[in-house]
Amino acid sequence: MELIVDIQKKLHHFSLQIQFEAGQEIIGLLGASGCGKSMTLKCIAGIEKPDQGRIILNGDTLFDSGKNINLPVQKRGIGYLFQNYALFPHMTVEQNITSGMQGKRHEKKAEADRLMERFYLQGLERQYPTQLSGGQQQRVALARILAAKPRILLLDEPFSALDTWLRWQLEQEMKKTLEAFPGATLLVSHNRNEVYRLCSRVGVLANGKLQAIQEKWTLFQEPQTPEACLLTGCKNISPVKILPDGQIEACYWGIRLKPEKPVDSSTHYVGIRAHYFIPVEDFSLPNTFEVQAEQIIEDTFSIIIMARTKGSLEKGRKGLIRWELSKEKWKELQGKRLLLHIAEKDVLLLS
Amino acid sequence: MTAFWISVKTALCATGIVFFAGLYAARFVYGLKRFRGIIDGLFTLPMVLPPTVVGFFILLAVGKNSPFGRFLLQFQIQLVFSWGATVIASAVVSFPMMYRTVLGSMEQMDRNLIYAGRTLGMSERRIFWTVMIPSCRKGILAGTVLAMARAIGEFGATMMVAGNIPGRTQTLSTAVYTAMQAGDRTSAFRWVLVILALSLPMMFFINYFGNGKKGG
Repeated sequence: MELIVDIQKKLHHFSLQIQFEAGQEIIGLLGASGCGKSMTLKCIAGIEKPDQGRIILNGDTLFDSGKNINLPVQKRGIGYLFQNYALFPHMTVEQNITSGMQGKRHEKKAEADRLMERFYLQGLERQYPTQLSGGQQQRVALARILAAKPRILLLDEPFSALDTWLRWQLEQEMKKTLEAFPGATLLVSHNRNEVYRLCSRVGVLANGKLQAIQEKWTLFQEPQTPEACLLTGCKNISPVKILPDGQIEACYWGIRLKPEKPVDSSTHYVGIRAHYFIPVEDFSLPNTFEVQAEQIIEDTFSIIIMARTKGSLEKGRKGLIRWELSKEKWKELQGKRLLLHIAEKDVLLLS
Repeated sequence: MTAFWISVKTALCATGIVFFAGLYAARFVYGLKRFRGIIDGLFTLPMVLPPTVVGFFILLAVGKNSPFGRFLLQFQIQLVFSWGATVIASAVVSFPMMYRTVLGSMEQMDRNLIYAGRTLGMSERRIFWTVMIPSCRKGILAGTVLAMARAIGEFGATMMVAGNIPGRTQTLSTAVYTAMQAGDRTSAFRWVLVILALSLPMMFFINYFGNGKKGG
């Protein structure tokens, strides 16, 4: 069970360059909107044709520009969950589920009954998609996909059409479904939490290029690129200048930082997560600098401070540091000088 | 009343032909990636050309001196100035109505429905009949009615290729013309009322089904 993808396709604003291999696992492709996520899935499914490269699934060549192979979508055995589910609006739930099935009428019926039970859809057989809730629609779409017995699942922003509460519930259901599925699953999303909870390995897609797929722990703890760092939730990123003593200077904030890891010529950016700043009393620790709160934003359970360092070189918003802390902690700091310390291990070096 | 029956028969036959021709033409153009503009323009041409020019082209295509006309003559069939010619003229002129309306509603449908059908392993033919056609049923209905209304009102091309032979090729619209030419205003007015009685309900029908209810 494996999928090998190595494709290129020229698009309007950038070219898509995707290269990865997947076993029987759930792989997440994390990317901002418009970075080529959906296009990647469409190329694998055969809906769009890549300019170059090859796609191999379980030893079958689905696409190979060199050998002039481009299998039609119907023959690829791919399950595709569309962002809007793409349920056939004029068909009942049952007709939707059986639409991709092969076999005799009673076999289809029996299989559809099994799937409807599994996805909690009993009693809705004769309903039309518009009569269902968002969650039910997604379940029908999943049941319909599994009914066609795909070899691989492609999920395009599966939860974006749902409100937050339903999202959580369906995500947990989805996890069970995916774990029981005997093949690779590819999930594309811009939601890092979703990807982290559902996937085992994650790759970052930025401007059409897929950066190395890594174990999710590695990616989230030690992002290698500014794009990966941003997508994994880091709010503060600045280009750096490497100083002769092995320290770095963050250009936007005008501060010197001492990282835990050795700096080399590949280091071009530094990232600091918003909740890793520690308020301190004095300058005894390294990586300590004074800031001035420029904007204080009260969030649901925390306080977000947009702060400017004393030596800030950038006048605009770029020069601001985003710092998040608990409301209690912020109360304690009232009226004090704001000195922030950042631990050496929390200085993320990015290439 | 022969003109009335000739018109109705002609319109029904022309609509029958145009229904399928327009449907398949729209599907064909919808799936095109290259030359789409050119082919779309060709299919729409009968709508924008003067009907006499359309008639001229039909004569070129099926007249006695055309290869097709000569082929038919071997079987003693002459299309020009026959009832068949009224059907051809009406069909050609009303074809763009069906084609355009259906193509428009195909373009409005969610493309993902087609992609979903493909990933589910449905054949292109099955997707056309069980996904595209039901999704575009409103457009198909509207296109059919528009085409029929156009076919009933067809005048110019019919005059060119079928003439105005009372009892054979004289339709409602050509009958109005003949009556007016002869100064018979009463007859003309009668025919006009008949045409209105036929066409108005069709437009009401379109508006009724076009604006209300679910689906698209």
